[in-house]
Amino acid sequence: MEMSEQRKIRVVVAKPGLDGHDRGAKVVARALRDAGMEVIYTGLHQTPRQIVETVIQEDPDVLCLSILSGAHNAIFPRIMELMGENEIDDVLILAGGVIPEADRAELKDLGLEGFHGPGTPLKEIVDYIRNHLKR
Amino acid sequence: MARKDLAERKKAFQNLSGMEIKRVYKEKDVNDLDYQEDLGDPGEYPFTRGVYPTMYRGKLWTMRQFAGLGTAVETNKRFKYLIEHGQTGLSVAFHLPTIYGWESGHELTIGEIGKEGVAIDTLADMEDLFDGIDLGEISTSMTINAPAAILLAMYIVVGEKQGVPTSMLTGTIQNDILKEYIAQKSWIFPPEHSMRLIIDTIEYCTEHIPKWNTISVSGYHIREAGSTAVQELAFTLADGFAYVEAAVERGLDVDDFAPRLSFFFNSHNDFFEEIAKFRAARRIWSRKMKNTYGASKKRSLILRFHTQTAGVSLQAQEPENNIIRVTLQALAAVLGGTQSLHTNSMDEALCLPSEKAVKIALRTQQIIAHESGVTNTIDPLGGSYYLEWLTNRMEEQVNAYFDKIDALGGVIPAIKENFFQMEIARAAYQYQKDIENNDIKIVGVNMQRTGEDSLGGMEILKIDDKIGERQVARLKKVKSNRDNGEVARALRELESTAKGTGNLMYPILDAVRSYASVGEIIGTLKNVFGEYKEDAIF
Repeated sequence: MEMSEQRKIRVVVAKPGLDGHDRGAKVVARALRDAGMEVIYTGLHQTPRQIVETVIQEDPDVLCLSILSGAHNAIFPRIMELMGENEIDDVLILAGGVIPEADRAELKDLGLEGFHGPGTPLKEIVDYIRNHLKR
Repeated sequence: MARKDLAERKKAFQNLSGMEIKRVYKEKDVNDLDYQEDLGDPGEYPFTRGVYPTMYRGKLWTMRQFAGLGTAVETNKRFKYLIEHGQTGLSVAFHLPTIYGWESGHELTIGEIGKEGVAIDTLADMEDLFDGIDLGEISTSMTINAPAAILLAMYIVVGEKQGVPTSMLTGTIQNDILKEYIAQKSWIFPPEHSMRLIIDTIEYCTEHIPKWNTISVSGYHIREAGSTAVQELAFTLADGFAYVEAAVERGLDVDDFAPRLSFFFNSHNDFFEEIAKFRAARRIWSRKMKNTYGASKKRSLILRFHTQTAGVSLQAQEPENNIIRVTLQALAAVLGGTQSLHTNSMDEALCLPSEKAVKIALRTQQIIAHESGVTNTIDPLGGSYYLEWLTNRMEEQVNAYFDKIDALGGVIPAIKENFFQMEIARAAYQYQKDIENNDIKIVGVNMQRTGEDSLGGMEILKIDDKIGERQVARLKKVKSNRDNGEVARALRELESTAKGTGNLMYPILDAVRSYASVGEIIGTLKNVFGEYKEDAIF
């Protein structure tokens, strides 16, 4: 009852990097849509600039980034830098894909969170989003 | 009246493709099975039991672990390590910039250089990659699709420089662009232009490298993207037949090129379903090649395949359990009669595979081959009521998919309508939901979960971030040492051939010899062919 009166949560699911592993991103996109969120999927091979442009245009509550190419340490900081330059600080930014534990602390410091890797139950992601919205 | 002692654990038992499985299979379930028509002896039509008369009693499958990391020099070291530990064929993973035809240093290559495979920009890198490895002695499989013609050309030229005649080279290029649009997504050009390049390589190899496998028609990625076993088999074979039709349309004789087509399948968790899939694959292929395409040579009728265990089945939770998953999947591939096999490393849900994990994966194959006794006889499960019933169901359901694809006008129109993409996206979501509803159980993930998600004490492979800078510098140096006038001339020649109808392999070989980069060659072709754009659907 309460939920239906609320505005729908808006989510951009983005695939940075050159890898074509979009299975996880698409499954998560469907699950979020089934959970009543409004989902915009960018498609593959997005540059940091393209992703931030999508965020500016779509004004989402959540940005889900999925990457499995191993380029996260180069790409995520660049995305966060561009988010900063555009003064976007109220978007919850989640990271999915293969991101080794050892790399996470540094990415957390940049403002990324969640780290929902392979095997994460979809409900966990849905709940995480509902509990961590920044606006 | 239900007897309590006959109660079963579940209302229905299903395999991963959703087929309902009976309590027990009996003679009547395979009543219409005709040994000669439907099975045949190993090495005999329709090859359900195996493609060779002796199979593993003659020669074991090739243990082919996919490797590629960092620079060519580093991958060369990994290759030598694998050869030293008994690996019998090489398999090259290229980094993503090469796969998409971008030069190292392009905006889209940040953080990607040398990450998921080896960085190859020019012939100079390819020379490093095979330094000290005799191309006349080893067979090499290259996982490359959109730019496959370029990497094949580089391999040919490295062979020439080693003094190995082109006709003696053995190996495989994946060269399967249709599954890129369907599942793996590393396309460059629109489908029609990609098909031209592929038929050009087939035409060239048929004439000059008779032992080269020109396409590895791949179901692996279709399955990894989320398809069921039935969809994997149906879509892959449909792709295979689409290549046959395109080559015949070019004017090639089916018996001249079909013997060099090979396949690449996934081996996933459902043991019998996978074995049935491999057996059905051989039967469907040979029947259609004979009856629809009029192939007559035995080599044209046999479906040879490589198998890789299912990457998606690897779990980040309690990663050591992955060794057991891989063992079962590898065993299914062997019982299904695979010609070569890659076993995944247990740490791949966490990072790129470390040397220790790669070694265990290779050892898994060696234990199956030398200790288990399963290689003593061919198709040991043939004649099992269940397996034969399942093989028949596979064939029926695949044929039903062929009808749907035909109704859409064939594979390329079906791609453009997102038919395959939506089928796969739906199946992937269903699979994940089944896991979360506990209809599909994954030990350590949705049952018996302990939360141990790390590899205690195991070293995790990290690629040095400096590799990117080194590769960019190397490319710059190669460009300053080559004859840039010659490069420009070769690229102009390539462009003019692309605008016409000539075979592109010849100008590509010239461009490669001049040390033109993959990025420059692809860029030239993009000017003529344009680029493919997908619909971002989910």
